[in-house]
Amino acid sequence: MADWLTPDQWSAVTLSLKVSFWATALSLPVGVAVAYVLARREFWGKQALNGLVHLPLILPPVVTGYLLLLTFGRRGAVGSFLEDTFGLVFAFRWTGAALAAAVMAFPLMVRAIRLAIEAVDPKLEQAASTLGASPGWVFVTVTLPLILPGVIAGAILAFAKAMGEFGATITFVSNIPGQTQTLPSAIYSFLQVPGGDAQAAQLVLIAVAIALLALLLSEWVGRAVARRIAGS
Amino acid sequence: MSLSVRFAHRFGDFSLDVAFEAPAGVTALFGRSGSGKTSVINAVAGLIRPEAGRIQLGETVLFDAERRIWVPVHQRRLGYVFQEGRLFPHLSVRQNLTYSRWFAPRRPGESFDHVVGMLGIDGLLERRPAGLSGGEKQRVAIGRALLANPRLLLMDEPLAALDEERKAEILPYLERLRGETDIPVLYVSHSMAEVARLATTLVLMDKGRVVRSGLAHEVLSDPENVPALGIRAAGASLHATVTTQEEDGLTRLEASAGPLFLPHVDAPLGARLSIRILAQDVILSRTRPEGLSALNILPATVTAVRLGEGPGAVIQLRAGDDLLLARITRRSAQALELAPGADCFAILKSVAVAQSEVGGAG
Repeated sequence: MADWLTPDQWSAVTLSLKVSFWATALSLPVGVAVAYVLARREFWGKQALNGLVHLPLILPPVVTGYLLLLTFGRRGAVGSFLEDTFGLVFAFRWTGAALAAAVMAFPLMVRAIRLAIEAVDPKLEQAASTLGASPGWVFVTVTLPLILPGVIAGAILAFAKAMGEFGATITFVSNIPGQTQTLPSAIYSFLQVPGGDAQAAQLVLIAVAIALLALLLSEWVGRAVARRIAGS
Repeated sequence: MSLSVRFAHRFGDFSLDVAFEAPAGVTALFGRSGSGKTSVINAVAGLIRPEAGRIQLGETVLFDAERRIWVPVHQRRLGYVFQEGRLFPHLSVRQNLTYSRWFAPRRPGESFDHVVGMLGIDGLLERRPAGLSGGEKQRVAIGRALLANPRLLLMDEPLAALDEERKAEILPYLERLRGETDIPVLYVSHSMAEVARLATTLVLMDKGRVVRSGLAHEVLSDPENVPALGIRAAGASLHATVTTQEEDGLTRLEASAGPLFLPHVDAPLGARLSIRILAQDVILSRTRPEGLSALNILPATVTAVRLGEGPGAVIQLRAGDDLLLARITRRSAQALELAPGADCFAILKSVAVAQSEVGGAG
């Protein structure tokens, strides 16, 4: 496969997969937690949290990328703290691309999981607690298995969104081949140079293939899990 | 072990203020829908935290508003059977039954095989709840609650969602349960027939208050409680022993006041049964009637008379060792000069006794 793709094309594909994988994997537990409190808890500032989660969905991606640069850039409040304390740098690194992808995909992930949680009958959770399960165990043994199709759907949706993220990523971490040039950035770059159409087309095909694969996978896993839960 | 409940709580414009004791055996909370029965059971379970009061089970204080004691639900060691079963759809019947064992160390208690056998659910263990009938689901829910080795069983209208046939299928299991366990059972119901068959203690509720509580047979046979119980549902229970199954399909039983003939009762000879006689099915006569189609004529003595506000009256009678209620008109009560101490005969039509009113004596 590597011989029909140039090294730059190849690195854009692998980088995008890496970025999307980590963006999804690391934001998933946070997504489940946020979806849970939004679905089940009443607290002061709930609407503010809800708004914050959905902000990337309605803001222009460039604005989100710029805000990320302001906060997580090397001179940003959070960015400089993370660099000083953990040596973790986001600006112009693939980690930044992962952060941007995670932030952009987060609302989609939370929405899917929240819907699944709202569909779980709280009476089942009550029943579990009367049988001796502490709140943590209720979540692990009742809620989580029942929302699993929603969690998987949310994760795959987030992965697909992360694969396609362009605006926030290019604003936050730029478009450095081999370092921050993801699949969409690479397609954009190839289209800027004369004669780059063929290479862009190849990447478009790959992007379409990955997206379709993710969609099929989510359908298949979702159905398998739902079957297991329904027990037929 | 006994359960002591005393608490007050407000829900919007509904206020709940109750106090009662539930000793070992089945304590039925009886009342109309909306009288607060389920809220009481939920407070005992720990699903509602009352504003004031105290709930104690044996030596353990589950809730005390003044001392700020609140044992969370999962530490109360309950068995709660909900009206709708609430089985976990993603687990098999076996996993549902053993769910509580994931959280509690194995304690000596009800053995799995015994419970499964008693409830007749051995054939369902590998199935999923989605494939079970209503009656099967409810038996599994009862088994799941029992296998939690509870110190207290809570049952919230466990039979309400079932048709008469399924009820008849599960009631005997509950009667067996009452006989085999010594933990208190709190049983919420608005069905008089269920309460009369199962309850040893009865707590009558109305509009968030306890109207009356005491031994079930005493509360049920007191004419003063008839309005609270509902005049159509009022009635007392006779205790009788099966003596013969007769050729024409009748069953002969011996009550302390005399023989009783009922349409075939499916019980072995010598079985001790409790038969609920509805007050409206009893006819009274001052002299022993003759040439009457009714087979059951029991000599009785009037012990109390309650004249209603309308044309009706309720007469309490002692027939042998049992108390009976009869609902007649005030006019008849006056014409027959029925007053405490008066001797009379209680006439019961055999066919008036429904199968569902015949249960094992507890």
